[in-house]
Amino acid sequence: MTDSVALLLRRAGFGPTATDLANGKRSGYSAVLRDLLAPAGDDAGAVRAPFPVLPVDPYTYFKRPPTAKEAAAADVVREDSIQRITRWWIDRLVVADHQGLEKLTFFWHGHWATSVKKVRDARLLLNQHQVLRKKDFREMARTMVTDAALIHWLDGQLNSRSKPNENLGRELMELFLLGIGNYTEADVKDAGRALTGWKVDYGRARSYFAAKDHDFGSKTILGVTRDFDAQSLTDFLLSQPICPRFIASRMWYRYGSAIDPIPQSVLDRMLTAFPYGPSMLWAMFEDEAFLATSGTMAKQPVEWLVGAMRQLGLRLWDLPKPAQDMVVAGLEALGQLPFAPPSVGGWPNSNAWLTTGATQIRLSLAGVLAEAVGAPQSIEGLAEVLAVETWTSRTFEALKDVPNPRHRLILGLVSPEYMVS
Amino acid sequence: MDAVTRRKFLIASGVLGGGAVGLGAAIGLADLLHRAKAQDPEEPGDNPDKLVVVTLYGGNDGLATVVPHGDDAYQSARPELAYASGQVLDLNGTLGLNPALVGLKKLWDDGQLAIVLGVGYPQPDRSHFHSMDVWQTASPAHPIKSGWVGRWLDAVKGPLETAVSFEPVLPPLLVGAERSGVSVGVSGLQLPAGITSDMLARLGQVVPGEPMIGARAAAGIRDLLDIDRLVREAERAERPSTGTRQEIPATGTGGESALAAQLNLVASCVEAGVRTRVYSVSLGGFDLHAQERAGQEMLLRELDQALTPFVQRLSATQAGRRVTVVVYSEFGRRVRANSAFGTDHGTAGPMFVLGPHVAGGLHGVQPSLTDLDDGDLKMTTDFRDVFGSIIESVLHPDPERFLEGHKLRPIPLIKKA
Repeated sequence: MTDSVALLLRRAGFGPTATDLANGKRSGYSAVLRDLLAPAGDDAGAVRAPFPVLPVDPYTYFKRPPTAKEAAAADVVREDSIQRITRWWIDRLVVADHQGLEKLTFFWHGHWATSVKKVRDARLLLNQHQVLRKKDFREMARTMVTDAALIHWLDGQLNSRSKPNENLGRELMELFLLGIGNYTEADVKDAGRALTGWKVDYGRARSYFAAKDHDFGSKTILGVTRDFDAQSLTDFLLSQPICPRFIASRMWYRYGSAIDPIPQSVLDRMLTAFPYGPSMLWAMFEDEAFLATSGTMAKQPVEWLVGAMRQLGLRLWDLPKPAQDMVVAGLEALGQLPFAPPSVGGWPNSNAWLTTGATQIRLSLAGVLAEAVGAPQSIEGLAEVLAVETWTSRTFEALKDVPNPRHRLILGLVSPEYMVS
Repeated sequence: MDAVTRRKFLIASGVLGGGAVGLGAAIGLADLLHRAKAQDPEEPGDNPDKLVVVTLYGGNDGLATVVPHGDDAYQSARPELAYASGQVLDLNGTLGLNPALVGLKKLWDDGQLAIVLGVGYPQPDRSHFHSMDVWQTASPAHPIKSGWVGRWLDAVKGPLETAVSFEPVLPPLLVGAERSGVSVGVSGLQLPAGITSDMLARLGQVVPGEPMIGARAAAGIRDLLDIDRLVREAERAERPSTGTRQEIPATGTGGESALAAQLNLVASCVEAGVRTRVYSVSLGGFDLHAQERAGQEMLLRELDQALTPFVQRLSATQAGRRVTVVVYSEFGRRVRANSAFGTDHGTAGPMFVLGPHVAGGLHGVQPSLTDLDDGDLKMTTDFRDVFGSIIESVLHPDPERFLEGHKLRPIPLIKKA
């Protein structure tokens, strides 16, 4: 079961550190599972990364279109807030003790993928982030459907009775609650109508309902005709039998396998745990089929970076400022910058991270991290720090011929063994 | 969704299952690349036909690209977005190119641009996701896990470098059942201090019994080193003299676009005799639900300023003259504008085919703006007939093999040699 504990710690959290792994092997799979998904008490580690307090978006103060100079000054404030939340989240993932819940929050970010590159106001994203921490998926979905960041991201504020915009309605069905193929184009149009009237109050960083723009007429969705609005539409979609199946399969896709579909045994267990996110994961991790996925996933960029920083005992702030900037730029180049998913479809699947371009970026980032820490002196010590069970003969022989521990650390971080989750 | 590319979204589609890629990498295709380069370089005069596929992600507004300015229904359907007849680059009195496409207009005048009108697929789907899958897999009726270039790779048993993508993530287009193309970053290898390529090369060896992901990661390291050699060779290749080419003055300023960078690398590889037959490049951001007009012009200008010098550069070398370029997007936009001066997801749109051997001019029929399918254009040409006709001229004499049972209605897009 020792390999299983390592697999569980890698998939459910970031890292793990040598200490996490040693403790986990002592306490056993079930205890590790409980600590990951139902931890006792407050997260003492996460306290070290308090939520940023952000200024009001300066654009809300303009009574008329800003001049180029005013806009440039406002953009500086916006960009500063965006950088703060981005770096805060990276740091929080590194210092948090409740790793299973942190990873799950990151999973939901990929699910409700909203990017600050379009929304621009970091406060809206930080508010949405709190919603991603809800354990009850139904509650999360009910809140999310009128979340200001999501509305802006999918043009919901432009969706009105006279000029419907179906973007949010479509993604609600395709990507968030049902999955493609489980509705018709006519359903999309009427779902869009149900969501009309929700707008964003940018000054207060929240959404509000403008009744005059809402379409109060009857809508026919999935064969049911009612005067659906945002809440009743969401409740209706959540009550569809396909919804929990879709959510379970999305979790399996990120935590179990990006190649093989969710096994029936796993699906059955997870459905009984719906709508509670941590319980659904718990159910997945308890199934034999999960253990059989060992070695089939590649670490996502955030898993790779945050895991390495945890293992090396390194916080972002420990790095010199240019190195911090390189880490952020590196994550962006790898296609996984927190708060900036590439599209509403979320992150690419795990096998997309192994391209030559991504290999180059990891190599550069490994160089940056290795500069900032004392490297383990032995090859065995390096394996222990990086929680690599054993080096293959290939990597062991290659490392043996490299005298400098720092160079060995760089090679360890880009080694094929270290990419496997 | 404005300014957001769906490129990476495709990967989540599951079309890019790891299976084909993993298998390909695990049997050492990177080694084949190296061997092909070392032992069997392409000789001058031995230039096979090549294809460059340009994907416009996000759903390009066909009616704002090839503008039906002479049609009253166009002016009334989208008054805020419509171009007046005097603003467009007229093609035939009723259709005209977007004013940003000045370079393509010049290629049109030179007979090097073919425009296929009203291209789409049956029972269109308005999801970016699904629609792009359809275009790349050439299978509208049911989802499959391979792209049409990937299936051609399977058939010709092409080595790794036969199909290359200069995008960060490999598109499903290039993934076959047994083989797949390779994704190549646009910059060369940069090593941290103290690390040598020899050290990396040892990590790139696959160990028997290694997990599939480990083998793929090792292949990624090997490919990085091999591709670096390839790119450095391409950079050393002689650029043709610019004296004989007619340059189009750039109407914009600013740095090289991502698409231009990708196309430059394609041109360098072609001129260096690299044995790649299909290149995939892309430009994203066409999903303009709001404030479309300025954004559309900016993107089309970027497309124009990347494609035009590329096609001109190709025409200067023997190898370059064997290249055909095809441009497509996953769907067009609705005929009517929405309330935000943008357009929502639609159906059929025009495709561009460019190159010295192209039968320039209009092909197919412009869809009616009044006989609509629930507010959308009715397609007049099936995209598989466009891709199939190009496959037949450029890649393989039996294109139907790669079109999942589609019966080809050939379009004379390429002039027979």
